[in-house]
Amino acid sequence: MSTVTTSIVTPDGPVLEEDYEMVSCTAENGELGILPGHIPLVAPLKVSSVRLQIQGRTDYVSVSGGFLEVRPDRVTILAQSAERASDIDVDRAEQAKQRAEKRLQDKQANLDQIRAEQALNRAINRLDVASHAR
Amino acid sequence: MASLRDIQSKINSTKKTKQITKAMQMVSASKLTRAEQNAKAFVPYSEKMQEVVVQIAASGDATHPMLQTRAVKKTGYLVITADRGLAGGYNNNVIREVYRTIQHQHTDADEYTVIAAGRFGRDFFKKNNLPIAKEIIGLPDQPDFSDIKQIASEAVEMFLEEEIDELVLFYNHFNSAISQEVTSQKLLPLTDLSSEKGRSVQSMYEFEPDAEEILKVLLPQYAESLIYGALLDAKASEHAARMTAMRSATDNANERIDDLTLTYNRARQAAITQEISEIVSGAAAQQS
Repeated sequence: MSTVTTSIVTPDGPVLEEDYEMVSCTAENGELGILPGHIPLVAPLKVSSVRLQIQGRTDYVSVSGGFLEVRPDRVTILAQSAERASDIDVDRAEQAKQRAEKRLQDKQANLDQIRAEQALNRAINRLDVASHAR
Repeated sequence: MASLRDIQSKINSTKKTKQITKAMQMVSASKLTRAEQNAKAFVPYSEKMQEVVVQIAASGDATHPMLQTRAVKKTGYLVITADRGLAGGYNNNVIREVYRTIQHQHTDADEYTVIAAGRFGRDFFKKNNLPIAKEIIGLPDQPDFSDIKQIASEAVEMFLEEEIDELVLFYNHFNSAISQEVTSQKLLPLTDLSSEKGRSVQSMYEFEPDAEEILKVLLPQYAESLIYGALLDAKASEHAARMTAMRSATDNANERIDDLTLTYNRARQAAITQEISEIVSGAAAQQS
């Protein structure tokens, strides 16, 4: 089966560069599934998991603050942070989640509220992806 | 002439200073290596980012406030310095350059504001009563993107909310381990995008949902990544500058130790000569 080279790049360095049969991710507008030979496309991604399939195996990567660039032979995901499921520090994500929940309950200024929600979102996403680690 | 014991203690203390500067030099050298690696790891991200941004900007119809030059009523200066000194002219060079630019360009304190990254810059601007909009200190030697994310996005937000009408970056650019130069870079508005590179690219993108929406997400991220890039560059310069400063301090200590040792030996010789001549003259006095 044909494959598409997929790379995930963050400011702290590349996270992944491998060939996959299918890339699924959640864009702002909804789910996207990319197969080899897709037309060139750019789309912003939600804080979500990216699922990469090859030979019946699925790799999970959590991304936040990123977007997707597709060319027929290449998929690039640029994200402000990204981790493979196995690299996620579950304890840290758990702590971040609790911190964010606590801040949400405190109900301070509006800006803090939004930040806390985003932080909570990221933590939940990380935990979710980590649960898929093999 | 100082006594033998005085000279000896000066030699000893200089030797101890030398050990410290030597250690700091080696620490900075290894930090520099790490900083260079960080900068290298960042390159693929920034290149890709730029490529996509240029292509979208070049595709024409989409506009975004960050791409448009507007009348400048207030300028923001983002100044990157170190938290600590002992780095030669590293901090002073940047600060002097910023100060000169401000004196030159502005007559009133309402016309500009400073965003200070690093304790040295912050303290200087505070002491001279220049307006500081935001500050961040205590950045680690090997910063992650998450360390700078907040201040970067706040700076970009200030531009979007028209608190400032342009954003200029001042930092030490890393040329090589022995040469760093102060660089000023106009970050916002992003004006130099649509020029060269975008035209030659063959593939045109499909946008999901549309180009304008994507620019809205992409451009702030792009600007943040540029700030992060500048920070990595500045950190590499900082370590290089500190390494050079400590190396010359070590060299100076060596020189001083040599000088002092020479003086010590001369003094010792003089003392011996004097003692002998005293003995000889004493013996001569007894014989006669």
